[in-house]
Amino acid sequence: MEKFTAHVGTAVPLRRSNVDTDQIIPAVYLKRVTRTGFEDGLFAAWREDPDFVLNNPAYAGATILVAGPEFGTGSSREHAVWALCDYGFRVVISPRYGDIFRGNSLKQGLLTVELPVEAVEELWDLVESRPTTTVEVDLEALEVRADGRVWGFTLDSFSRWRLLEGLDDIGLTLRHEDRISAFETQRPAWGVVVS
Amino acid sequence: MSRTLAQKVWDSHVVRKADGEPDLLYIDLHLLHEVTSPQAFDGLRIAGRKVRRPDLTIATEDHNTPTDNLLTISDPVSRTQIETLRRNCEEFGIRLHPLGDPEQGVVHVMGPQRGLTQPGMTIVCGDSHTSTHGAFGALAFGIGTSEVEHVLATQTLPQNTPKQMAVTVTGELPPGITAKDLILALITQVGTGGGRGHVVEYRGPAIEKLSMEGRMTVSNMSIEWGAKAGLIAPDDTTYAWLEGRTFAPKGRDWEAALDAWRALPSDPDAVFDSEVTLDAGTLSPFVTWGTNPGQGAPLSASVPDPESFQSEAERAAARRALEYMDLRPGVPLREVAVDVVFVGSCTNGRLEDLRLAADVLRGRKVADGVRMMIVPGSAAVRAQAESEGLHEVFTAAGAEWRFAGCSMCLGMNPDTLKPGQRSASTSNRNFEGRQGKGGRTHLVSPAVAAATAVVGRLAAPADL
Ligand code: SF4
Repeated sequence: MEKFTAHVGTAVPLRRSNVDTDQIIPAVYLKRVTRTGFEDGLFAAWREDPDFVLNNPAYAGATILVAGPEFGTGSSREHAVWALCDYGFRVVISPRYGDIFRGNSLKQGLLTVELPVEAVEELWDLVESRPTTTVEVDLEALEVRADGRVWGFTLDSFSRWRLLEGLDDIGLTLRHEDRISAFETQRPAWGVVVS
Repeated sequence: MSRTLAQKVWDSHVVRKADGEPDLLYIDLHLLHEVTSPQAFDGLRIAGRKVRRPDLTIATEDHNTPTDNLLTISDPVSRTQIETLRRNCEEFGIRLHPLGDPEQGVVHVMGPQRGLTQPGMTIVCGDSHTSTHGAFGALAFGIGTSEVEHVLATQTLPQNTPKQMAVTVTGELPPGITAKDLILALITQVGTGGGRGHVVEYRGPAIEKLSMEGRMTVSNMSIEWGAKAGLIAPDDTTYAWLEGRTFAPKGRDWEAALDAWRALPSDPDAVFDSEVTLDAGTLSPFVTWGTNPGQGAPLSASVPDPESFQSEAERAAARRALEYMDLRPGVPLREVAVDVVFVGSCTNGRLEDLRLAADVLRGRKVADGVRMMIVPGSAAVRAQAESEGLHEVFTAAGAEWRFAGCSMCLGMNPDTLKPGQRSASTSNRNFEGRQGKGGRTHLVSPAVAAATAVVGRLAAPADL
């Protein structure tokens, strides 16, 4: 995983709540067996509407998505995170996320920032009135800054450390392989074995 | 110290605990399907890693498979994904139930039916409805593809300790009201984010009275209100269901397992971080009118007025949902006409669900212009249903009797709604386009689905 310390970019306002992962990437786009090229599936149904915000040239090149509460609920498909990343997003800001989506995003280096509803509304107003507004997302300082305003956010210290260091989870776990082997010797003898 | 069921399962699976880090949990069973696994296997290959415990891993084919035949996957991209799973399972030594196998089926139907799902286990799958297995008192939750790779490589997962919530369902379900009505009503009460960050335990007399099938329906939809997992304490109903299944412990092992399982239920004075209560006695057939599972109402109600909701976010969401669903406020839900009725999925594709639908359809006909699809959750469910003659009831009524798979639960295989079509569906998600682009979904119970098919409009068996 790439390190994430801070990101500066422009932002897209997505004034919707309950943006489930079926909207972020519909199921027909999940058939691929590779890990790249999912940008065409991002919000595929909504992008057919010329008025959809991602079709607004004013937001071309934006790297931060600002959405309403319950972003990424529903299906566990990590493809939703891949689609956002492949499209060019580095950060999502929303008041609340679906848990699985949040976990997936932090493993892929897509920073999902939680800000209160009021802050999200301020950001929406700001980038709607001036789409070129630069938004700074600082993981070291745990701050979002835009137009002279500053919003603090929190992230559990382990996820933050992993993102700042760009660490691979599996590698970290395999450091404790002896513990895993020791645990395995104590599992009940009648436990399920498939083969 | 007294502990909840979920805490007991959690504690007995901690491989490593360290300050400021998530607990490292051991995973007893890892279920795989074709959609969320290919990139995980690629990751293993790139890193030169093996699957640590192929003997605790099992795969099935479900999302992409056709349900009109057992031989041909006509879409080449779907076929490639299935073939990739077959190759990966072969290369890494993982047992697979492919299309045509007598145990093939939706992953969350297959696991319990084989007796793989047992109390006190930790179970994961790259699929959000893994919560289904919580019905047996297992700690079961959905994971993403990165985590699938992590479990394949290490048989563990780092997990932050969740909060504990109790959902207490008092009273008794009125006759004809099912687990599906219960869970749909609960989600409307608590909202799609109500369970976020929590492991939930469903308890109380109405839950204890449910069959294993009903309990699975409830646990299945835990994720629809944001809960990480939804457990139900194991009891005699659980043990009776499990005993004798292929992978259930036998003989002396069965006795040892029972002793361990009987110690699992939450201690009487266990503390939950929060509690929700619901009176089962007040429930009636429940359906959704909107585009998330929290937008539901009793069948006897009318399409709500978006302006009647409390927050602006809810009002905006309701306005958008009604526009997408092409519904007008104030229209009685019983007047909403449907094009397609789908009975199936890991929510309601088990034998009991098919029996419920057959009871309603027996001697009746599906209304003109309505297409009804009955899709068993697994090949084994299909075989059982046929041995009871249920398929004859369905075909005599004019419904389609299909092969097992996810089918119209999600728009990934040939079974989809056409743009603008409206369905009554026993599945779990009414998201925009979930059943096919432009399709409109009303979530219902199997009984309501069958009655709706007969009437042509949303209906309950009592309306017939
Ligand atoms: S039946 Fe539906 S919810 Fe269940 S695993 Fe298949 S697609 Fe997912």
